[in-house]
Amino acid sequence: MTDNLITAERVTLAFDGHTAAENVNFTLGRGDYLCVIGENGSGKSTLLRAVTGEVKPAGGKLTIAPELRKQGIGYLPQQSKIQRDFPASVREVVVSGCVRRDSFGLFWKRESRERAEEYMKLLKVDMFADKSFGELSGGQRQRVLLARAMCASDTLILLDEPVNGLDPEAAHEMYHAVRMLNEERGCAVMMVSHDVSCALREADHVLSMCRGHSFYGTVEQYAAHERSDEETDERLHEHHHHHDHTHKE
Amino acid sequence: MSIAELFASEFLMRVVIRALVVGVLVSLCSSILGVSLVLKRYSMIGDGLSHVGFFGLAIAACAGAASTYSMEISIPIVILAAVLILRLSKNEGRMNGDAACAVVSTGAVAVGTLMYNFTGGRSGDICNSLFGSASVVTISDKDMVLSIVLSAVVLGWFLVCRKTIFSVTFDETFAGAAGVNTDVFGIVLAVLTGVTIVVGMKMMGSIMISALIIFPALTAMRLTKSFGTTVGLSAVISVVCFLAGFFTACVFSLQTGAAVVTAELLCFAVVCAVTEIAAKVRIRQRGKQ
Repeated sequence: MTDNLITAERVTLAFDGHTAAENVNFTLGRGDYLCVIGENGSGKSTLLRAVTGEVKPAGGKLTIAPELRKQGIGYLPQQSKIQRDFPASVREVVVSGCVRRDSFGLFWKRESRERAEEYMKLLKVDMFADKSFGELSGGQRQRVLLARAMCASDTLILLDEPVNGLDPEAAHEMYHAVRMLNEERGCAVMMVSHDVSCALREADHVLSMCRGHSFYGTVEQYAAHERSDEETDERLHEHHHHHDHTHKE
Repeated sequence: MSIAELFASEFLMRVVIRALVVGVLVSLCSSILGVSLVLKRYSMIGDGLSHVGFFGLAIAACAGAASTYSMEISIPIVILAAVLILRLSKNEGRMNGDAACAVVSTGAVAVGTLMYNFTGGRSGDICNSLFGSASVVTISDKDMVLSIVLSAVVLGWFLVCRKTIFSVTFDETFAGAAGVNTDVFGIVLAVLTGVTIVVGMKMMGSIMISALIIFPALTAMRLTKSFGTTVGLSAVISVVCFLAGFFTACVFSLQTGAAVVTAELLCFAVVCAVTEIAAKVRIRQRGKQ
């Protein structure tokens, strides 16, 4: 019995009848930080939706740890999906993450409220607790949604392009917050991003879904894989780049 | 007819009380369901279902059941349509939800009208189903019982599942990932909306019943910033506007549905104007500081 949270073996994903990704293999262990990179349409978001159970894989085997199925997964959607005019305070949004463990009744249990307060403090949004969610800046909103995701699950959070549309400073804060949750709280992270350099800097594992085939490995393996790819390319154009290449080495 | 004359007769008194109970409870249900419908961008589903309700009444007329069994016939039809429209609107592929709603609602009105024609129905019948009955006498004890049961279910659902309702309305994908069964939520919302529409349709008319769902929620959203207070305020606005419209209609012998919707429109317009002016004043004051 392995202790992996997610195991994907030769998974095929289809979206609207089109194959979005084929032969995807990866594992996500407890406390791992996996970054999924790839171009638009490479099936990154569909993969997240397969992990949440919203879409079924068209082929292969995607195993999710039963405890996650039972407790739920913390999910941070793409920015554009959340409505600005929604009448909700920051506190309401964060505590709504506890919906699985505290589903019924008019009011939230003390336990849920305390959990929400804890994560609001940790992600430095507690000073906005009574503000309207729509009044916040992009970076603040993302941290609020991150707190909500942690309320839902401190075992695994899924982040879909978490820094899209944020200014560099807010993006930096967001990455910092995610790393803190991963390192200090031991929460596993699966992040979809198209920013390769940040993925290599932040994550410990990489799943690359571009170019029709997927690559999975540690950040170091991925860097080596990319280098060998470049070398193949350069061997093809040896007469153009030979000198450049030897200089670099 | 003056109010004094109206209450003078015991029969009319009974009629008015029945209509009041049905109207107040339907207003309450529609305003509570409306907040989720409006926020989930499902306003058009409410509108589509009300047109299907017209179709249901037409089928009842066609079957010769007239007014006695119209509910038993139109409620299942509207519930089926609710589930169908929800399925179509989730389908991101071939047809978008808006278009699907328009197809179902206009199609239902067209076929419903033809069915009235075939039964040799007078244009008065069509008029009554579209704009609501001219008098409240047609509201029966059965309507009253049904509206009491319905509002108990809607209120109970909201009180017990408020947290799930908020979570799914705010962000369905998140709620699904967190382990909430979002499909069940959608079906419950659609079915309750469908039944509310059928119960309220006789008084309000199938064209205007969806206003009861949309206006109070929109007005309340302008005034408060939290979900719970939006639902509460929406319910209060809805009931107050209904009472205002209902009594105005009684006193001046107007069409009840039209009077109620106009009251809601006025309320919305006033709230919009006041909140806009308040926002402008606040900005100016901040500028002076």
